Parts: sequence; structure tokens; C-alpha cells
Amino acid sequence: MALPIYASPLERLWHYVYLVLCGLIFFFLIAPILVIIPLSFNAEPYFTFTQKMLTFDSEGYSTRWYENLLTFGMLEPGAARDNSWWSDVWQNAAWVKAAKNSVIIGFFSTILATSLGTLAALGLSRPEMPYQKAIMAILISPMIVPIIITATGLFFFYSATGLANSYLGVVLAHATLGIPFVIITVTATLAGFDRSLLRASANLGAGPVRTFFKVQLPLITPGVVSGALFAFVTSFDEVVVVLFIGSHEQQTIPRQMWNGIREQISPSILAVATLLVIISIALLTTVELLRRRSERLRGMSPT
Amino acid sequence: MADTAADMQTDIAGALRTPDGRPLKQALAQAERRARIRAFLLVLPLLAFVLLTFIIPIGQMLSRSVLNDTFSANMPALTQWFSENPDAEPDESAFEALVTDLRAAKEARTQGAVGTRINYEVPGTRSLFTSTARRVDGLEPPYREAVLDVDNGWERRDLWAAMRSAAKPVTLNFYQAAVDRKITPEGEFARADEQNRIYVTLFTRTFVLSIVITGLCLILGFPVAHLLAVLPMRKASLLLILVLLPFWTSLLVRTTSWMVLLQGQGVINNTLVGLGILGDDNRLAMMYNQTGTIIAMTHILLPFMILPLYSVMKTIPPSYARAARSLGATSWTTFRRIYVPQTVPGIGAGAILVFILAVGYYITPALVGGATGTLISNQIAFHMLSSLNWSLAAALAAMLLAAVLVLYWVYDRIVGIDNMKLG
Amino acid sequence: MKKTLILTTALTGMAFAASAQEVTVMSWGGAYTKSQVEAYHKPFTAETGIKVNSVDADNPATPIKAQVEAGNITVDVADIELADAVRLCDEGLLEVIDHSALPAAPDGTPATEDFLPAGMVSDCAVPSIVWSTVVAYNTNNVSGTPTTLADFFDTTTFPGKRGARKDPTALLEMALIADGVPADQVYDTLGTDAGVDRAFAKLDTIKSDIVWWEAGAQPPQLLADGEVVMTTAYNGRIFNAQVTEGQPFDIIWDGQILDFDLFVIPKGAPNKEEALKFISYATDTQRLADQAAWISYGPARKSSAPLVGLFNDGKTEMGPHMPTAPENLKTALANDFEFWADRKVELTERFNAWLLQ
Repeated sequence: MALPIYASPLERLWHYVYLVLCGLIFFFLIAPILVIIPLSFNAEPYFTFTQKMLTFDSEGYSTRWYENLLTFGMLEPGAARDNSWWSDVWQNAAWVKAAKNSVIIGFFSTILATSLGTLAALGLSRPEMPYQKAIMAILISPMIVPIIITATGLFFFYSATGLANSYLGVVLAHATLGIPFVIITVTATLAGFDRSLLRASANLGAGPVRTFFKVQLPLITPGVVSGALFAFVTSFDEVVVVLFIGSHEQQTIPRQMWNGIREQISPSILAVATLLVIISIALLTTVELLRRRSERLRGMSPT
Repeated sequence: MADTAADMQTDIAGALRTPDGRPLKQALAQAERRARIRAFLLVLPLLAFVLLTFIIPIGQMLSRSVLNDTFSANMPALTQWFSENPDAEPDESAFEALVTDLRAAKEARTQGAVGTRINYEVPGTRSLFTSTARRVDGLEPPYREAVLDVDNGWERRDLWAAMRSAAKPVTLNFYQAAVDRKITPEGEFARADEQNRIYVTLFTRTFVLSIVITGLCLILGFPVAHLLAVLPMRKASLLLILVLLPFWTSLLVRTTSWMVLLQGQGVINNTLVGLGILGDDNRLAMMYNQTGTIIAMTHILLPFMILPLYSVMKTIPPSYARAARSLGATSWTTFRRIYVPQTVPGIGAGAILVFILAVGYYITPALVGGATGTLISNQIAFHMLSSLNWSLAAALAAMLLAAVLVLYWVYDRIVGIDNMKLG
Repeated sequence: MKKTLILTTALTGMAFAASAQEVTVMSWGGAYTKSQVEAYHKPFTAETGIKVNSVDADNPATPIKAQVEAGNITVDVADIELADAVRLCDEGLLEVIDHSALPAAPDGTPATEDFLPAGMVSDCAVPSIVWSTVVAYNTNNVSGTPTTLADFFDTTTFPGKRGARKDPTALLEMALIADGVPADQVYDTLGTDAGVDRAFAKLDTIKSDIVWWEAGAQPPQLLADGEVVMTTAYNGRIFNAQVTEGQPFDIIWDGQILDFDLFVIPKGAPNKEEALKFISYATDTQRLADQAAWISYGPARKSSAPLVGLFNDGKTEMGPHMPTAPENLKTALANDFEFWADRKVELTERFNAWLLQ
């Protein structure tokens, strides 16, 4: 953004102040996320930069907290690192177990949310859909209703139906929480979809199913995938519902983190946090690439 | 072909027919109906799923706020006495019913549950039930004297008023408790004692903190969204990543970061002490209080303000501002009179969204809020998980939900739910 | 495809894996749970083949009550305080345990006589340890040496934040003792409205300086991080931080509040048989003595006391660190379980209202 040539000195000054302010706000947004990355390599169990870290002394840094993620909960953490050590990690390490649970629950709830959500979005975006607004409001509501209310509701309902403390229960609950994101992203993509393509396809003799798979789906795939990623992140990041309806069997990463934070924030927590930040960077990149691809497909070129 | 007069008439009216002979109007209506049904069928599985796994469970939970049969189920004789003597003072027959019920309750070990139920209405009376039940086997008629002998707390009129009202399985008591009302010794409702007035304070605090957080998000989000909107696309999408990354980062990770930053021995305090700005003894208390809640929640909710603002600002053509300048307006006037009014839809969308999310926040206040920085959600969780007063939790939840739904409705009116965007 | 298959099997497999012999034990987390895992869980699994799942809670009495009332019980054994055991037993939320079926002491003394009588008051619970709530401080951060409970409330002489458990038990007693009530009159005083007001008034004097904790592992962390200079804590946690982490902590034994922890079985526990087996195994003479080698809590059996020796580091003598050491008992107050069983709900409500004001 260039200053207009007619700007007065005061305006010039304000312009630079404004840029500095924006810089500070961006710093406020991003610094807290980045600050934990170096701290997770701290050789000491503190949350501040030690003298050695500041002088970039290699002794000040270590990967011990990452190692701790593997060994915590193992039966024989001190044994020689052969195949049986690794299988011990795979089966018993608390964080590895939690990661496995998070992935399993996230995977199935994403599949459920995305398939049901995409189907519904197709219906919702048809002009002839009855009660479109009211139904949309209901389907988006899991995003709006405070999580504690959702969690307590599910606690009683699942306790009564025997779904509590099961993987199925957590998967269903997380699918419900992920649905609004799928609906929002897929309907947004469908809004930019040129419906005359459907008529063209029908004119050329394709049935509705074939039209869907050959014409519509390829064009809305980017929206569906980003919806799915949103749903996955929602499940992957969810702690309150798991706390209420899951048992120790369904220990997920956020739940393990929640326990850890409340008792003691050892730098192990920061190591997990760092890994999660890296995952979110990867997911964000994927979504951005998808968005651009979608815009290109629809003929809107980003400059 | 049974050409009736009616058919002739529609033909005369000029209606067209489809190749198979049906009137076109009818065929169209049928096709339209079929299309509507087809669209609805696509939505139906999800709608059924959400109703079953979301709407019904929440509805059931909320029904606990008005349904509580702990007393009537466990104290049948006294419940009956109350219904037979709608206005009477407790006499010998009432005390006899009380003793009968306490005997049965002791056998079934339910005196604690009943006492807890009454204790919600009249604090300090649970022990009356447990201690009297422990000695109930030795009681002889006349029961009135015998019971009062065990504990003369049984004379309290507010206790009897509370029992009478708890004997009805459908009750509004928990909503009264949720707005800090209690039963007086005269059996009427009045404001609770000062030491027991907490929920109104807590609701007020939740709304005030949410307004502060929304305001801060607006102040911080506006300039950034503006910058993103006026920069060339390529630069803007790079900077946008700085907004989206926090949005995609786990809530717990961001809360953890703030704990690391705000602690007494945390990064900020240590830096300030290290630079000599603060003495080692006057470290700032930024965590386990409202400051912690405000800072962390502002950071977490800021992207929800920036993104809607940005999407509105992107569409504002710069020509209006240029026109205003060329007509002699100062840059401040241009900003105030021309630019800001055009951003109002974005401000509305962002502010309502941030406010809705803030009002229901739980995790962050629980971790960094301490005693003064917790919100109504934390109190609901407390009654759910610790005090196990589930009816009161449901009543508080219903009130919070009502507030959120009103805001949701306003959001739909102003912005439209279908205009919600994510990134 | 293969991947999906593995995930599906994993999912269904885990959902219905409860058929194998196992028992789920809920305890207080951190160093205390670790001591139980080492002294009870591991040898129990080795001997019986029954897998022990360990679950943590801030205070296991709360979640098991919620579980039984919601009809959704996942815990087989819980480790809870005496007053809670009596209260939950009164409310019919616990299974009755036959004390005479517990293993006798090595010298043949029946279990009913071997356990400390004060811990055997509930027929739903088996006592395991004696522990206490104490005030501890970080010697690096406190100026001077606090010696009495009154010093905890004296922020002028000993400036700095205080840590306290977000719960009225032990805290109200400590407030009264610090306010000058003799230990033997504490519960009589707390039984009156004026006494309760007096306790809260004393707490008011430091309310703005208190950082509240909920999980037993938090106070040592708060002390180590310098978030507080003094805090109430479970004595064993402070000991473990002192010895295993070398933290510069010290305990003020003045006015410690003694209590029992007991094993109970929630009514309707899914693995009741295994739970009973676990409890009789964990509370035999040797196991209780072993437990004391991992944390400074006294065994609840008389016959275990002579077997208590060194901490697991092989050099620290446990005796003087126990809450029951004669030196530490001088001004100790035993938690009155009857008082708390009757009044806990009421006083907790009052406490929470006070917190939010």
C-alpha cells in the first residue's frame, strides 16, 4: 500500500505508526506459537530461555523432552534400543497410545462427518430445498453451542444408552462437532458452482449419479477436502467432550495434554505442542493449496 | 380416453399437456415436489444424525433443570402429607410421616441424597437428615417431640417450606437458585444471603469479560484486516498465513504458550526482570486472574474477528475514499464517514461471532483464570463434575444457551448463517 | 485398503477389549499413584495375571459418585479419604467389603485387629495409608523460617503468594488453628455458624494472595516454579520433590491434619471379583510396607510399621518423614470424619460462594 503523493507529513507519520502497529499485532498473533518451539529443546526443565540458550551454546539445548515422549509409560524405558524396545514404545508409551487414539478417532469421525456433511450440503445448496435456513441453523449449531453444554448433554445421553466410554461414542460426538465445518466449506464451494454444467451433462445423456461423480465431485473436491481437514482438526483438538464421555481407554493427545498441563507443564508438553504446531502448519499449507486449486478450477485466478 | 367436461375445460383454458397427456402445470408441480423431496432426502441422514446425537441429548439434559424427583421418590409419606395438607403447619402427623420416611431412607441409604436436595434450598440442613436418620430407630411417639429432641433444627419454617416445594417433582427452584433467590423462613422467595449470591455475579462477569475481549479483538483486528485488504493479493495472502496459523493451531497449545509466557517465572516476567524494568520481587501477576483470561482469550479469538472483517474490507472499492478526499474531506473524516460505515457488516459479523464463542469458553479460563478469571461455563462444569448438583448445572446451562441462541439469531439476521466463512 | 482394515479392527478390538481380566484403579495421580503402581499394581499383575489400569483424578470420590449416580461405572477400585468413604457408604454408593476376609498379619493377628482402629470405621472401605495435609515452603524464596500455621497467614513477615487446595477440608481447620483455636476445640468451633464465619474471616486475610490448586501434583510444581512461596500440600508429594528432585522445600509440621486413604469399590463396579482380589492383595502387611518405600505415607497396618525402612534411593530413612513420627505429631489434628461426612456438602457450597465473591 503506497502513500498517495498528496499525503501531508502528519499523514506520513501516521502511516508509519500504523504499519508498526500492524507489525506488533502480527507479532502478538504469531509469537506465542513460535516461542514454545525453542523452549521445547531446553536442556533444563524451565520455561524460560537460559543463559546457555541465549548464547546458542549447544549444551543449553537437548532433545530429552522428545525422548521423554517416547519413554513415558513404557515398561522398560532403560532397555537396549532394539526391536523389542520399539515395540514397547508402540504398545505402552502413554503419548504414543494417545496419538494412536487421536488418529483413530479423528479418522473415523472425519469420514462420518464428511460423508454425511457433503451429502447434506448438496441438498442444502439446491434452490428447491425446503426450510433451507432453519435446517442450516440446526446443522451449524454444534459450532455455536458452548462446548460444556454439548458435553454435559452427551454425558447423560451416552451414559443412558451405553455409548459412554466407547470409541464409537467419542467418534459420533466428534463427528457431530465437525459437521458444521464440513457444511460451511462445502456449501461455500457449491455456491460458486455453475449449475448449468449439470444441465449440460444431463443433455449429453449422463444420469444424476454419473453427473455427480464425473462433473460435480471433481469440481467441489477441494472444498470437501478442506471441510474434512477442518473436521479432523476439530476432533484432533477436542478435549472437553472426551473428558466427559471417554474413559481412560480413549485417552487422546489433547486429554493427555490437559492432564499434563493441570499437574505440571514439563517441557514434554512443549515438545508435544511443537509437534502439533508443525502438524497445523502442514494442514494449513494443504488447505491453502486446495483453496488456490479450487479457485483456478473455477476460473478465478489469484494474482 | 374418457374425455370429461372438466378436462375439456382445462383444455379450453389453454393448458398445455406433456407427451403422456398430463396437464403441464400438474406435471411441473409434481416434478418440483419430487425435486424438493430429493433435496430433502440428501439432507435427511445428517439432520437425523444431528437431532439424535446433539439436539435430543441437550434437550434431555436441560429437562433436568425442572425435573427432580429425589425428594418425592425417597420420601413418599411426607410427599403425600404435603399434598393432603396444602397449607397446614407441620403437626404430629407430618412428623410421623417424616420418621416413617427417614426409617425407609436409612434402610435404602438415601438420606444423604434427600438431605443434599434440601440443602440446595436451605444451606446447612443436609446434616439434619443424616444425623437424624442415624438415630431414627430409637425414636418413639410422640414423634414431634422426639425429632425435635434429636435436633431442633426441624422446627425451621424455611426447611418445611423447602421440603414442600421439593416434594413436587417439577420445580423451578433451580432457576431461582441460578438467579440467586432463596426461600425465606416465611416460605417466600427473596434474594439469597450475600455470602451465597454468586450466579448473577458470574453471569455479569462472563458478559463483561466477553465484551472486553470482543472490544480488544476489534481494536487489534481492525487495523490488521485493513492492511490485509489494501495490500496486493500476493503480499496479503502471505500475511494472512500469520492469521490462519493460530486459527489452525490447537487451542491447548495456544493456552499452554500463554501459561509459559505469563507465569511468575515465565518468559515475559523474566525478560522484564532481566532488562531491569521490573524488580525481582514485583513480578507481574498476569496469570490465575482475569488478566490471564483476557489476554489468552483475545489471542485465541482474534482470527475470528480478522477473517470476517477482511472479507468485507476486500470488497470495499478504494474509489469512494478517493472521491471523498478530492471533495475536500480530511483523511480522518474520510475514514470515519466513508470507510468505517462500509465495514459495519464485517464488524457485526466478527463481533457477534467472537462474543458468542467467548461467552461459552471453558478450557482457557479453567487453565489460566484462577478464581477471579473463570466464567459461567466453569461453574457449570463444577456443578457437573464436583458438586454433582446436576439440576442446577442444567438450569445454568439453559440460561447460557438461551443467551447464545438469541445471539445466534441476531447473527443470522445481520450476517446470515450461510455467509459464515472459514479462512 | 489394508490400512483401513487394520484401523477398523483396532477400533472394534478396542471397543470390546474389556473381556480380558483387568481391574481399573482410580487414585490421586503423580508421585502417589507412582508409589501404588510400584508397590501394588506391578507385583499384583505379576502374581495374578490381572492387568491393572491406573486412572488419575483430583479427588476420586467425586468421579465415582458421579459414575454411580449416572449409572455408568468404569472404575473398579478407588482410593478415597475417610470422610468421603463414610459419606458415600451412607449414601449406598459403595459395595460392602467383609473386613474379616482380609489377609491376617504374618504373626497371625486377624486383619480386623491389625489395621489401625481409627481407619476401620466404615464397612465399605479398607484403609491403606495415613497421610496429612501440611504447609510447605520453598527455602529459597521465603525470607526467614516460617514455623507455625500462623506464619502461613502472615503475609507481612513472610511476603509472597500462598497456594491452597480448592476445597474446604483441612483448610478451615488450619485457619482456625492459625487464629488461635486449640486443636482439640477446632471441630466444636467449626460446628457453629460463628466458628465457620471465623474460619472464613481468617481466610479472607490472605484470599487475594492465594493461588488455588486441585491436583495433588500441583503444589510442588507451584513451589518449584516460584508461583507461590508457601502452600498447603499432601506431605508425601513434598517429600518426593525434596528427595528425588532435590527441591529446596521444607515442611511446617505444626498443625498438620492427619487423614486416612482407603480403598473402596463403587456399587456396580464392572470387575468386582478382581477388585476384591486387588484390595486384599494391596493391603496385606508387606505391600503396605513396600508402598512406604516410594512415598512418605504411613501404612495403615500395625504389622507393617516395623517393615518400613529406607526410601527407594537406598539411603533416606523414612521414619522421620512420616506424618506419624512422634516429632511431627505434637500439634497434629486428626481429621474428624463424622464432622466432614455430615457437613462437607454444606461447607463446600459455602466455600465456593466465598471463592467467587
